[in-house]
Amino acid sequence: MQKTIAEINEKIKSGKATVFTAEEIISVVEEKGVKKAFEEVDVVTTGTFGPMCSSGMFINFGHSNPPIRMSKVSLNDVPAYAGIAAVDAYIGATEHSERLGMQYGGAHVIEDFIKGKDIVLSAESYGTDCYPRKDIKTIINKNSVNQAYLFNPRNCYQNYAAATNSTDKIMYTYMGTLLPEFGNVTYSTSGELSPLLNDPEYRTIGIGTRVFIGGTQGYVAWEGTQHDPDQERLENGVPIGGAGTLALIGDAKKMSSRYIKAAIYEKYGVSMFVGVGIPIPILDEDMLMKTAVRNRDIQTVLVDKSGRENLNIKLNYEQLRSGYVEIRGNKVHTAPLSSLRLAREIAHELKKQVQQGEFMLTEPVEKFKTKGHRLNKLEDREV
Amino acid sequence: MKTIKVSLQYSLNSITTPLVSNLIRKFNVEVNILHANISLNKIGTLIADITGNDQDIQDALDYIENQDGIRYKLFNKKLIWQEEDCVHCGACTAVCPSNALTMNKDTWCLEFSKEKCLVCGLCAKACPLNVMSLQA
Repeated sequence: MQKTIAEINEKIKSGKATVFTAEEIISVVEEKGVKKAFEEVDVVTTGTFGPMCSSGMFINFGHSNPPIRMSKVSLNDVPAYAGIAAVDAYIGATEHSERLGMQYGGAHVIEDFIKGKDIVLSAESYGTDCYPRKDIKTIINKNSVNQAYLFNPRNCYQNYAAATNSTDKIMYTYMGTLLPEFGNVTYSTSGELSPLLNDPEYRTIGIGTRVFIGGTQGYVAWEGTQHDPDQERLENGVPIGGAGTLALIGDAKKMSSRYIKAAIYEKYGVSMFVGVGIPIPILDEDMLMKTAVRNRDIQTVLVDKSGRENLNIKLNYEQLRSGYVEIRGNKVHTAPLSSLRLAREIAHELKKQVQQGEFMLTEPVEKFKTKGHRLNKLEDREV
Repeated sequence: MKTIKVSLQYSLNSITTPLVSNLIRKFNVEVNILHANISLNKIGTLIADITGNDQDIQDALDYIENQDGIRYKLFNKKLIWQEEDCVHCGACTAVCPSNALTMNKDTWCLEFSKEKCLVCGLCAKACPLNVMSLQA
């Protein structure tokens, strides 16, 4: 037996869809069995809230009088990319302030913008016949600009390597502070709640899929950068370590700062927590089983961030979440970097929206390839 | 009765003094060791809560001051956690040396135990949202 997305949407519209979060579905399947659970369940909601560096926002400021063709732009002293049309710019989450360094960055500008705060726009130009103005310094906010949308080239990493440090010195990394001599292990996914770990072979998530992003509805725009479906996988289809990724788009004016937060990693730099949730239509028993994946069924690799040692250790998320893992006979403390508390909140919020008929599911316009990708490396070549 | 938090720094040859034992016997104070890293022929650190009446605590501190090779420092700061702005990511728990900061395994909310905190400040640096700070 199969269900279609159209049938599921009919049930959502009439307020009759049965929805569980990706954590709740595990016990539903255990108690009722796959066959009965499939008959009853229509949608499973997922969630994640982690630091996602590859994020940023396009803005169109509107034209001033006289007009300017902005060639150099900064927002609250954080440089934005202006090499596009006259009053368009892209502010990247990880860009640092020219004045404050890594104490304030693109992610802070985005969070302030979403909060509705005033932001100082400075722009320069060389002046043209049609755009004579050479500089402008003014104040913008979300009510004054035209479009403002997040376009995040890489979000929702399907799985991610856990990190540790074999050296005798503390390491400051994007995986947090790693203490010397295997002093700790950090990890960063929401495990059994994570969107792409619940649809490991991209059967329902593809280009055009509607998603919850930053508190509003957005879309999967493309495969994310470094999308690598050829990663080694377990029998259940779950990749061991980083694999699929999503490029996401969503209206920043409608987002909430509860689900978009600027982050600073000591001696590393600025990043941004992005809250994402994706509803998964339960089309058949296979899809149901995929969403019933448990933390112990999801493995990742442990990587020495100094690059010195190949540890050859695989860990599952039940082990990582227990608080301790074993490395070479020693008990090592583990710590998460992505917020499970917020991931859960997002999955529940999305569940509520689907139940109330506010969030309709989508058929992917195009599906992602599951094979035949090669993740290229950057080679040093003679120029 | 009051409790103070002190950090004792031991120089190379000072660990032959049974300091904690003397504090308890001579000055009628309670000593709760929170963190200790002491080895023969190495410099060492001991962090403890000392509880007693004002005069006994002062006498105990004066006694420590008169020991060769041992210095004390009072912790007069405390950790302030702006809980309402915290996203409960857990990055601070990666560096907390005394398990004062832990994740609740049911709710996955951060939990803070003031009693276990060594006021070392590592969490304040590790927190990506700057919601941890040391204040006097």
